[in-house]
Amino acid sequence: MPDFEIKDVFRETRVFTSRSIVIGIFMLILVGILLVRLFYLQLIEYDRYSTLSKNNRISVVPKPPVRGLIFDRNGVPLARNVPSYTLEVIPDQVSNMEELLHELGKLVTLTEYDLKLFHRDVERHASFDATVLRSQLTDEEAARFAVNRYRFQGVELHARLERNYPNRESAAHVVGYVGHISPNDLEKIDKSQYRGINFLGKTGIESYYEEILRGTSGFDQVETNAHGRVVRTISSTPSIPGKNIYLTIDSKLQLIAEQALEDYRGAVVAIKPSTGEILAFASTPSYDPNAFVNGISTADYAELRDSPDTPLLNRALRGRYAPGSTIKPFMGLIGLKANRSVDKKTFCPGYYTLKKGGRRFRCWKHSGHGAVDLHDAVVQSCDVYFYDLAHSLGIDMMHDSLSLFGFGSKTGIDLSGESAALMPSRQWKRGSRDEPWYPGETVIAGIGQGYVLATPLQLASATSALANKGRRLKPHLLLAEEDTLSTEKVSKAPELLNSGIWDAENLEIIQQAMVDVTDSPRGTARRVGAGSPYKIAAKTGTAQVIGIKQNERYIESEVAPRHRDHALFIAYAPAENPEIAVAVIAENGGHGGSTAGPVAKKVMDYFLLGKQPEQEKEPS
Amino acid sequence: MREQKRLSLDWALLTGLLLLSVVSLFVLYSAGDQNSDLLFRQSIRITLAFIVMFAVARITPEQLLRWTPYLYAIGLIMLLIVLAAGVIGKGAQRWIDLGFVRFQPAEMMKLAVPMMVAWVMVKKPLPASLPTVILGTIVVIIPTALVIKQPDLGTAILIAGSGLVVIFFAGMSWRIIAILSALLAAAAPLGWYLIHDYQRQRILTLFDPWSDPLGAGYHTIQSAIAVGSGGLYGKGWLNGSQSQLDFIPERSTDFIFAVFSEEFGFIGSLLLLLAYLFVFGRSLYIAIEAKDSFTRLLCGSLAVTFAIYVFVNIGMVTGILPIVGVPLPLISYGGTSMVSMMAGFGILMSAYSNRWFMH
Repeated sequence: MPDFEIKDVFRETRVFTSRSIVIGIFMLILVGILLVRLFYLQLIEYDRYSTLSKNNRISVVPKPPVRGLIFDRNGVPLARNVPSYTLEVIPDQVSNMEELLHELGKLVTLTEYDLKLFHRDVERHASFDATVLRSQLTDEEAARFAVNRYRFQGVELHARLERNYPNRESAAHVVGYVGHISPNDLEKIDKSQYRGINFLGKTGIESYYEEILRGTSGFDQVETNAHGRVVRTISSTPSIPGKNIYLTIDSKLQLIAEQALEDYRGAVVAIKPSTGEILAFASTPSYDPNAFVNGISTADYAELRDSPDTPLLNRALRGRYAPGSTIKPFMGLIGLKANRSVDKKTFCPGYYTLKKGGRRFRCWKHSGHGAVDLHDAVVQSCDVYFYDLAHSLGIDMMHDSLSLFGFGSKTGIDLSGESAALMPSRQWKRGSRDEPWYPGETVIAGIGQGYVLATPLQLASATSALANKGRRLKPHLLLAEEDTLSTEKVSKAPELLNSGIWDAENLEIIQQAMVDVTDSPRGTARRVGAGSPYKIAAKTGTAQVIGIKQNERYIESEVAPRHRDHALFIAYAPAENPEIAVAVIAENGGHGGSTAGPVAKKVMDYFLLGKQPEQEKEPS
Repeated sequence: MREQKRLSLDWALLTGLLLLSVVSLFVLYSAGDQNSDLLFRQSIRITLAFIVMFAVARITPEQLLRWTPYLYAIGLIMLLIVLAAGVIGKGAQRWIDLGFVRFQPAEMMKLAVPMMVAWVMVKKPLPASLPTVILGTIVVIIPTALVIKQPDLGTAILIAGSGLVVIFFAGMSWRIIAILSALLAAAAPLGWYLIHDYQRQRILTLFDPWSDPLGAGYHTIQSAIAVGSGGLYGKGWLNGSQSQLDFIPERSTDFIFAVFSEEFGFIGSLLLLLAYLFVFGRSLYIAIEAKDSFTRLLCGSLAVTFAIYVFVNIGMVTGILPIVGVPLPLISYGGTSMVSMMAGFGILMSAYSNRWFMH
């Protein structure tokens, strides 16, 4: 222990205590300083720091993915992304907006519509966000602006990828289009999936396969300053491009189908029976989907929407038509399954009555077909035979059996908005109309009239089931999806809906009758089959648009064009080994054999023979 | 006196320390993104620190006095080792890695220096005479210079402060204080040239943080925003946007007060300051009650050092002092500083157990 000198304990204590008081006071002053500082920061300057704090954020700047492309089955692009110049304005950096727009208007065309959209968007977005003023600048406009760029503080020229549909009207209903995300869309979508993405698929494949095509947004995590501007990038996550989609559509076949319909409103659906792949899915008239990409003007949209030709309607998917006589082969098959003899003959005097002196259901051939069996009834399309058949089967049996071919229900094709059309039954009529079913309604249902309605897709699907020995496959448009990065392709497997229901022998009987429709002198489509190197199994159909009174006759030339009968045609070929099944509807086309038949023939010729249709334009 | 084994803890001081530790866990939970792992490690450290405090509390002032020169010598040697390692490792070194634990010798000096100065002071009767004062100053300057070399200006200043406070308590005459202050003021411009560039930058930044808001001024601005936006009542626990959105650097350690103040506001900050003031006041009281001058000086120094830590840290966070690496005592996340701090409180507890009127 150190040797201490004698100390004055009290003096030492006093020194320490007095110094402690000094230190204590000093510390109180320091605490006081801190409190004053805190008071200043937290109470006096509170508003300022509170505002700074709110503006102070780590921002996430999204990086939109590249949308997947859409190709046809042969790799022909149907939807692609093309660079497009857009002019964007950051309102925050503009001192006089009116003057700026006025000056810009001298360099690039700014329509009223552009300005309206711009002003609307400016209000919607933060003032430091770039807002699109004009898109799709021409090269010349872009160049003109680039030269004058220095004059325009806060205006930026961007090259962006824009959706483009090179085939324009062709297959527009299938491919669909993308459009700006609307407030309506915002309620439906998962917003987190759309960071930085301004577009989404609105219709068609673009909409149905939105998830596949869209890809995943990447993002940069950035530090923003008090004004919301990016200061530095903290982390970066790349975007994942959407997958490419290959459709089952053959774009050339599609075009041929569309052109074959000429000026008729109508639809053509071609299916590969063995797989359910849709080869062509035409609906005319069509529209140019490119008009929708950057927002179609109200006037242009109204014109499309209000046109009596309803170009926006996908007739193949949603058009509900009386199938008319095209239902007869199916009816015949049902009759056979119900043990009706193939040889049973029905006498056709030109009309059919349920009871003597009752209402006359006319055959299209007023002089009558005489005694006809099933084969002749299909070949010559005798109505009376099928009136009788329907009457003996009854509507519920017809409903249940025809449903097996997909009548009255959605096929489940990969497009949204499909119509189920209608296959009536007693139950249906009771439920929806609260009326009993009348026997006469069964009779006309037997020739595909009355309540019976089908979409062109349903008809084609049912026909392909006939062609495929009764095996019905789900019609589909997706052939394969392709990973953009790995280019790995995943094909869609065919989906069997039903099979084994129809007896092979009976199918053979029906097929022979359908072949003779095109291949016998009395066949209703003999002109379609004339000179064909392959055998076509087909059935014509004519669907009434207006009711014909008991004592009147339907004379085409005397009926207004829009009241003329719809022409229908179903076919598959080659009959022995079908590769394609087609359904055609030409609205107000008159007789199926003469109007719709040639359309189907052109489609089959191209698909089976690679033959281009002759370019001669027939008078319509 | 040797047989004095009875340990009577000062419950008031203990309560204050426990209170601050609990606050620490709450703020850390928020500052560490609600990471329970971080919380767990801090709990372990707090427990360890309290064990150290209880252990030190059992050491009598006499034993402490005896060990003082050795402790000081060991500290100096370790500082030299760290410095040498820094030269070899081509970079700033502050740590000694013993394999199972890493610690900063500078932390140890925070205790060893005031002890050594007190040891020197009590050799002669108080108030201290000029030669004693000069001797004490030398005891302070050597380790301070070594720590500055590390370079760790903040800790160096605190070490110097803890030693100088002992001299002040020892009754160094006001005249000498005045002269020294004048000399210090005169030497300030010289110091300006001696310190590192980044240290100069920190001081400059203090006066105008907005001159470089995303560089040197970033810490100062962001923590001022955090504190200021807390307002009177604060944004609520776990709701500080500045803190939760990662705007505050070092928010679990040196800048933890910004998190606290943003989330608990002026009221919370006031209460926290009062808690610190209570611990300081109680410590000073224990110092006054101490049975001998050595203990008294040492305890006084510990109390003041503690208070200075709080002031420097909060001053730094609120932007009235330059940014120096000083943690907020008992609340910041970190091991060594908490342990050395609690060892200091252990000495205070021991002083309380052996206070003079008990004899």
